[in-house]
Amino acid sequence: MALNLRTLVAALLVLALLLVPVYAAFIGNNFILSVCTRMVILAIAATSLNLIMGYGGMVSFGHAAYLGIGGYVVGILAFEGIYSGFIQWPLALVVSAVFALVIGALSLRTKGVYFIMITLAFAQMIYYVGVSLSRYGADDGLTIQRRSQFGDLINMSHKATFYYVCLACLFITLFVVWRLVNSRFGMAIQGARSNDTRMRAIGFPTYRYKLTCFVIAGTICGLAGALLANHTDFISPAVMHWTRSGDLIVMVVLGGMATLFGPLIGTVAFLALEEALPFVMSKTIDPYFIPSGIRPSEYWQIILGPLLLLVVLFARGGIDGFLARISDKEPS
Amino acid sequence: MLLFLEQCLNGLQFGLLLFLLAAGLTLVFGIMDLVNLAHGSLYMMGAYFGATFTALTGSYLGGIAIALVATLLLGMAVEVIAMRRLYGRDHLDHVLGTFGLILFFNELVRLIWGPAGMNLTLPGWLNTSIEILPGVNYSMYRLAIIVVALGVALGLYLVVMRTRIGMLIRAGASNREMTGALGINIKLLYTFVFGVGAALAGLAGMMQAAILTAQIGMGENILILAFVVIIIGGIGSIRGAFIASIFAGLIDTVGRAVIPDVLKLVLSPSAASTAGPALSSMLIYLLMAIVLVVRPAGLFPAPGNR
Amino acid sequence: MSALLQVENLAKRFGGIVATDDVVFNIPEGELHAVIGPNGAGKTTLISQLFGQLMPDSGRVTFAGTDITRLPMHQRSALGLARSFQITSLFLDLSVLDNVALAVQAHAGHSFHFWRDARKQSELRDPARAVLDRAGLAHLGNRSAAALSHGERRQLELAMALAGSPRMLLLDEPMAGLGPEESARMVDMLRELKRKYTILLVEHDMEAVFALADRITVLVYGRVIASGPPDEIRGNAQVREAYLGEEDHVEGAVNG
Repeated sequence: MALNLRTLVAALLVLALLLVPVYAAFIGNNFILSVCTRMVILAIAATSLNLIMGYGGMVSFGHAAYLGIGGYVVGILAFEGIYSGFIQWPLALVVSAVFALVIGALSLRTKGVYFIMITLAFAQMIYYVGVSLSRYGADDGLTIQRRSQFGDLINMSHKATFYYVCLACLFITLFVVWRLVNSRFGMAIQGARSNDTRMRAIGFPTYRYKLTCFVIAGTICGLAGALLANHTDFISPAVMHWTRSGDLIVMVVLGGMATLFGPLIGTVAFLALEEALPFVMSKTIDPYFIPSGIRPSEYWQIILGPLLLLVVLFARGGIDGFLARISDKEPS
Repeated sequence: MLLFLEQCLNGLQFGLLLFLLAAGLTLVFGIMDLVNLAHGSLYMMGAYFGATFTALTGSYLGGIAIALVATLLLGMAVEVIAMRRLYGRDHLDHVLGTFGLILFFNELVRLIWGPAGMNLTLPGWLNTSIEILPGVNYSMYRLAIIVVALGVALGLYLVVMRTRIGMLIRAGASNREMTGALGINIKLLYTFVFGVGAALAGLAGMMQAAILTAQIGMGENILILAFVVIIIGGIGSIRGAFIASIFAGLIDTVGRAVIPDVLKLVLSPSAASTAGPALSSMLIYLLMAIVLVVRPAGLFPAPGNR
Repeated sequence: MSALLQVENLAKRFGGIVATDDVVFNIPEGELHAVIGPNGAGKTTLISQLFGQLMPDSGRVTFAGTDITRLPMHQRSALGLARSFQITSLFLDLSVLDNVALAVQAHAGHSFHFWRDARKQSELRDPARAVLDRAGLAHLGNRSAAALSHGERRQLELAMALAGSPRMLLLDEPMAGLGPEESARMVDMLRELKRKYTILLVEHDMEAVFALADRITVLVYGRVIASGPPDEIRGNAQVREAYLGEEDHVEGAVNG
């Protein structure tokens, strides 16, 4: 395979992610490490969403629910005095899978817009359940006193160690998704995205393949949720708010749907935009508004919103698609 | 018993508000095949317009009238500037694009009106209660909402079923090509329909603003409920949306009032007080799940959208 | 001997419109059975009911001794029934070879295989290449399906129906929109297929129908008005009447 721009960007990104803790130690600042940990965790979630949305054509607007479910399993177990990661993590995966199975089984009875609305509605229901869990902090959420314990094996409280655990989870997820989408199962899923009727006509019972895919994605996102709860030492319904699901969709589309590294690139770009947009605005636009006393950089989402609309209208392939177009133009 | 009657009326009132939102959503979806998440933003804008213009003019009805026109115009502007470019694209594009609009509107409100909510003050003649049955008083304002929303529902029904525009709307919902073949100015029709949908959402928002307050993000939770209502009623069906709205409003409101008490009969008080709120907030979604199992296309699917 | 496909008293209404009205016919193994009729006669609706895309209101469909009236599409496919679509229905974002390989995969056991690269499995790719070869598309295997011409898409449409090694083909206007040269090639191909498969052919091209069919059923307003060998249909007064305005088609076939 030729070394084109796409693979180059992906490789550089992976290399950069590997070196983050070294860099953080070098400049003696853990903020960057914390930001990147969050980035890596959300990239896992985005990759799992890409599996159903990009490859499977199932636009789920409720994917953040599994972030919350995974997180709450860890949080609730810790609250009840069970700290062992060997119990917490598998349980987080299983509970996420069960929720995905039920939600998927119902939602996949419909398609298109219906599917979008229903996944959104179920996620909202789970959000409200979180809000009403008065024993576990309800609206205010739950502080996690101790991170998941893995005996002497791994110390999750060590920042760099935890970062590498998250990164390993991301790489494993990417590898699994890569194998999955190219397997027979993956071909069946992509066929169903492309033309569900024809798939059934040539003999595929598409429902069960799509449901399986939905459950796998929910389970992976549950893992991301367990990691996120450990990262923030906190879990609250806000993690499951429907705008978080929207953010995940944006990350996937921004990076490039149905591409392996698209969601990772998209997550990095989205979080970087969140950090950079207010900063850039404060340097460029704010000075003009000094007399009025308004600081436009505080209202950076007023730029982000229309920006999303523009991405939708003019850059649907996302960043990865953009890179692919550039490398195609290069003389080979 | 009296409390129950009051809860039923509250449920009816909430259901009718839901209908005002769901009607616009389902019209826009049925005719333009557009999923508009930003519909809740128009509800919010309606609330802020209502609060602002009633305060500015000092007249409640005058302010509301201006606010209605303002949301209508805002809706038409949004259609011309943004939505028009989304027609014919796939639904993911609609979701993303209108998600962007939500961020924009929330931030715009924060910029103009500040982060704190805004009250809409009712005039004395509305801010009172009325004897609906001997010895039973009910909020005059909530009653007014019920009457207004029922009036709008009736008006919508008449327009859709009895007029030329309504015929076009029905034709559009079931057969997009045909409307084009009839030589109608589709662009204008779409802008108009979108504007009316916005005004309906705005009306719901400004009516709700006097009960709660106008707040940033106020339209988002109710928008999701409106989606649930549409799923239950059947996409593209105004009649379905109407029945499902009232159903959902009643179940949600009455459920919240009744379920904790019912659970106390079966569970220990502490378990009941935990499970009660959780279960009652789930009720409406459980209803949706049941409908999905029994009739995946909703209770009253529109013929063109099966 | 019982027929491979038996259709008994099939009926379907859409609101007040009768789309299929008490349709009865049998297709024995090895026959090429054509269904003709003017536009709106309910031919595609009939195929859709035979294949399970639409469920009939009443009546019975039996395939190879199994009652398939209420079976979902994928189970009919598993029994050996395959259909092609009048409006080409492909996986446009996949390659031509992938399209056919998927159809092969559908009949190669379940697809809960999560690890091995399906595009490197010779048990899927080889049969797919063979089918492409037979359909005259071998040289286009790596092309995206979206990049094919209309005629090539019709060929791929047929190739996908063949890839599952079916016992019977339901072909819905395979020649729709083809030019004279492409049509001739398609007729040759159908003649070839006829030797291997039982076929139900819905087609507007009368010349092709009368050249290929063993028996013909004529459908008008969802109702069978005649059924028999081509010569008998040619001479049937009722059929001529039904085709009033399209008479030259029948004449052309008679004289051609």
